[in-house]
Amino acid sequence: MSAPIAPIEYTRVREIRGPLLVVADVEGVGWDEVGEIRLGSGEVRHGVVIEVERDLAVVEVLEGTGGIGAAGVRVAFSGSPMRIPVGEGWLGRICNGRGEPLDGGPPILSERTQAIAGEPINPASRAAPSEAVLTGVSAIDGLATLVRGQKLPIFSVGGLPHLDLAAQIAAQARAAEEPFAVVFAAIGITHADAAEVGAALAARGATGDLVVLLNTADDPLVERIVTPQIALTIAEDLAFECERHVLVVMADLTSWCEALREVAAGRGEIPSRRGYPGHLYSDLASLLERAGRIKGRPGSITQVPVLTMPAGDINHPVPDTVGYITEGQLVLSPELHAAGIYPPLDALGSLSRLMRLGAGPGRTREDHLELAAQIYALAAEARRASELAEVLGEDALSSSERTRLEFAAAMNAELLAQGRDEDRTLEETLERGWRIVSRLPRAELTMLSTAALDAHYAGVGGERGRGGGAMTVRTGVER
Amino acid sequence: MGVTGATRDGAGAGGERSADTVAGMTVEPGGPTVVRVSGPVIELDGMGDAHILDLVEVGHEHLIGEVISLRGERAVVQAHEYTGGLAPGAPAWLGSGPLTAELGPGLIGGVFDGMLRRLSVMGERLVPGARAPTLDPERRWRFTPRVSPGDHVSAGAVLGTVPESEAIEARILAPPDVAGKLEWVAAAGDYTTAEPVARVGGRELRLAHPWPLRAPRPGGMRIGASLPLSTGQRALDLLFPVARGSTAAVPGGFGTGKTVLLQQIAKWCDADVIVYVSCGERGNELADLLEEISALQDPRTGRSLLDRTVMIANTSNMPLMARELSVYAGATVAELYRDMGYDALVIADSTSRWAEALRELASRTGELPAEEGFPASLAPALASFYERSGRVQTLAGGVGSVTILGAVSPPGGDMAEPVTAHTGRFVRTMWSLDRDLAYARHYPAVSWTASSSRDVAPVAQWHSEQGDAEWAKRRGRAVALLADADRVQAVAELVGVASLPDPERIVLLTGRLLREAVLQQSALSENDARCGPGKQAALLAMVLDLHDRALELVGRGVPAARIEELDLSDAARARERVGPDDAAGVEAIADELLARLGALG
Repeated sequence: MSAPIAPIEYTRVREIRGPLLVVADVEGVGWDEVGEIRLGSGEVRHGVVIEVERDLAVVEVLEGTGGIGAAGVRVAFSGSPMRIPVGEGWLGRICNGRGEPLDGGPPILSERTQAIAGEPINPASRAAPSEAVLTGVSAIDGLATLVRGQKLPIFSVGGLPHLDLAAQIAAQARAAEEPFAVVFAAIGITHADAAEVGAALAARGATGDLVVLLNTADDPLVERIVTPQIALTIAEDLAFECERHVLVVMADLTSWCEALREVAAGRGEIPSRRGYPGHLYSDLASLLERAGRIKGRPGSITQVPVLTMPAGDINHPVPDTVGYITEGQLVLSPELHAAGIYPPLDALGSLSRLMRLGAGPGRTREDHLELAAQIYALAAEARRASELAEVLGEDALSSSERTRLEFAAAMNAELLAQGRDEDRTLEETLERGWRIVSRLPRAELTMLSTAALDAHYAGVGGERGRGGGAMTVRTGVER
Repeated sequence: MGVTGATRDGAGAGGERSADTVAGMTVEPGGPTVVRVSGPVIELDGMGDAHILDLVEVGHEHLIGEVISLRGERAVVQAHEYTGGLAPGAPAWLGSGPLTAELGPGLIGGVFDGMLRRLSVMGERLVPGARAPTLDPERRWRFTPRVSPGDHVSAGAVLGTVPESEAIEARILAPPDVAGKLEWVAAAGDYTTAEPVARVGGRELRLAHPWPLRAPRPGGMRIGASLPLSTGQRALDLLFPVARGSTAAVPGGFGTGKTVLLQQIAKWCDADVIVYVSCGERGNELADLLEEISALQDPRTGRSLLDRTVMIANTSNMPLMARELSVYAGATVAELYRDMGYDALVIADSTSRWAEALRELASRTGELPAEEGFPASLAPALASFYERSGRVQTLAGGVGSVTILGAVSPPGGDMAEPVTAHTGRFVRTMWSLDRDLAYARHYPAVSWTASSSRDVAPVAQWHSEQGDAEWAKRRGRAVALLADADRVQAVAELVGVASLPDPERIVLLTGRLLREAVLQQSALSENDARCGPGKQAALLAMVLDLHDRALELVGRGVPAARIEELDLSDAARARERVGPDDAAGVEAIADELLARLGALG
């Protein structure tokens, strides 16, 4: 925080409630300004003005109000909404959730500063996302390709390896040979998790294209409200001024939403669903919509937010609201995790809505989209077959249904499962994809073009299963 | 004053507070001043003679806002821009009326924000206080007069025409508050929207005129909505049609393909003018849609689809309150083209985000919440928005219509939540999207059990008048068979298909064919993305004929299993195999399949 602090200090604190401090007798203090709060002990805390009325300013204290009394407090305001220095000086640094160094280095300085709230990209200036960000993870690259400028969240449940996956993506992601950077914002994660993430990212950190912001679970709850904003402000500059493709990983967004809820409760706002404020959608959108590309600028911002669904409920306000804003979702499955599959990605529940803009002819490989469509179709058929088997018993299945169950098992073992530090090329991912679809007779692979089959099909190619084609397969929709 | 002034440079970095802001009161002593700021809600004192919904400009950045309540000299204002740094004591200026925009040639093909500021001439980033005109002030339009001096001109009369785009001829209308003898009209030639082209009763008229953004335009007498709006989407046109001048809502949880469906309608429906309002939705999606629409051709005119489209973009990260304005601005623009005698379609994606803006405002102004925090005014607000639809006799004597299509995003997919529930009360057609269908990759995921249309009867009547008396009968059979197939499917899951009587097995087969050959439609396929009425009818007739023939066969003792074994996959492939208007192509495939089926008996 480098904004110059005005010399006027206010000492009359009218009220302290939750994370909020009401300062009286202020003059000319604006909404959303930042302030510095000096306690009698000499400790300095930081705050943001969330409401002003005549000579009263309501300040949200980022570090919390614990230990603050009405007497002996001095509050000074900066005269502007919160700004941070921006530039390549952030690369290679590890900082706390407010952007202060944790790595023993000097504070980040720059001649250029930006307001952390960000200014909305003019929709008419946006370029549609295109070209892939490859992660080296088959389940993502092959089936739900991440596209430059996209926001694609990981929906998970406590106990699943979402942080491992997020760290693996952050460690391996690349945009062909173009300049790249990763901003990893940890929001309310435990120290143990933070250490594991740090270890997974060590190699990337060494190359100097990584920024880490670390707000741990025991850091003040309110501080984490600014952490993703700071991460995105750093990223915007790296992307649109320094011309890099920037991947922003934010984990765990659910903690961020809880911090919002606490502040809203402290202000006495009328709650919407499950106590979350009515402006949850807009607040989340103000973060997530900072992903994108801008016409005439070479860089891009791609976001992978991670969120845990309380009690695994996808209809919980946080995942539900995020799902309305993002362009698809990657869903982790407790069942696959229990079966020992890493990453436990639920292929059917996951979707990259922008995949067609980043994969396929002229983007990744000619056959990529049709291969993914074929794998999805077979996985959907396999799921129906397995549901049927549960009701009627496996003996009641036709041979084609049994083939699909075998296909699903092969998909989990040969395509989805991979090591936590295994970085696969797209070629390898697609070859694995072909290997599993080649377990089926060529005539049943109706989503694949003849050209693609001729080039890649590796099965026996017999006419088994003819005399029915698509219609012999149970394609009824279970309702 | 107004948003249509000259472009003003944005405040840029906006970090430092200038000395006169702190002093505050040096400008216009006695004018309104800020007393409270809470996000987009501002309280002003010293308002003098203000009215509700009057325009105000607040602070040194001249942020645009509207008066939403008055008490003595105090007013509550909703700001349409980011209010960071705004402090009590800052000055404000009261406008002379409501927020207006210039309506005239140049709307088509443009991208605007909720206040109808032309986004294409604004910077890469939207900074508070920036200004942009709605119409390009430099551009000259070829005007051809249609009236002569001495003619009596009344409100809404056509003064002349301007080729606004390759597809749309704009009719220059006398504004609604004008009537009298035409004193002068400009000769045919090129004029800007600022130059006078006619004079009536001493008043000079231009190619454009200012209009309050929220105000409905007087449209003339309502006439019945009896013509179908062809959306090019089979699940909609065949089962749940919407008439021109009617209303439809699309409720669907996230991931049900709502946006893709709306975009398909924007591309392929046969309205003359599309007003696409992106209200609190994704910026990337809009960029993608714009690129696609620019590249695609309208099958009816052969022109770029952009030549009939007006985009209003208030994406989810743009100021919340302007979202609320954007749906009204969209309706107003559509009414302008209705008044010219066109069929206009407003697509509002998503009305739930608009309702959230209403809730936010209510919460910040301390209004008592009704359901789930929404204000009690939610239901009337929804009703009056949808009531701006209609097919009318225009003041100029033609016929025009506004059809309103609103997306609804129910939280958690909960169809009982207030916005979805109230919307259902006011629209004539509901296209409910089903998460299970989407999960099974059945697109568009329009549920045949939860959707409904009250326009079926007039649309059936129209088809009958066009020579297709069977339309309603086919629709009725399709709906009944789908429901029956669902019932049989549920039984089959318990007892197994083999235990079903043969006629029920045929119903199951037909249900599958209806879903795969008729209802599913690929947005990505060149042949299938749009489906003309002829091909629609042929596809449905094919499946019904196959059903009849198959039933006849089992009636004669042919086992259902033999029919199931027959390769009928060509039926499902017909939609992709023949062109969008190739009914004969479908019929040829149908004949071959019927022959194959007949060979069993």
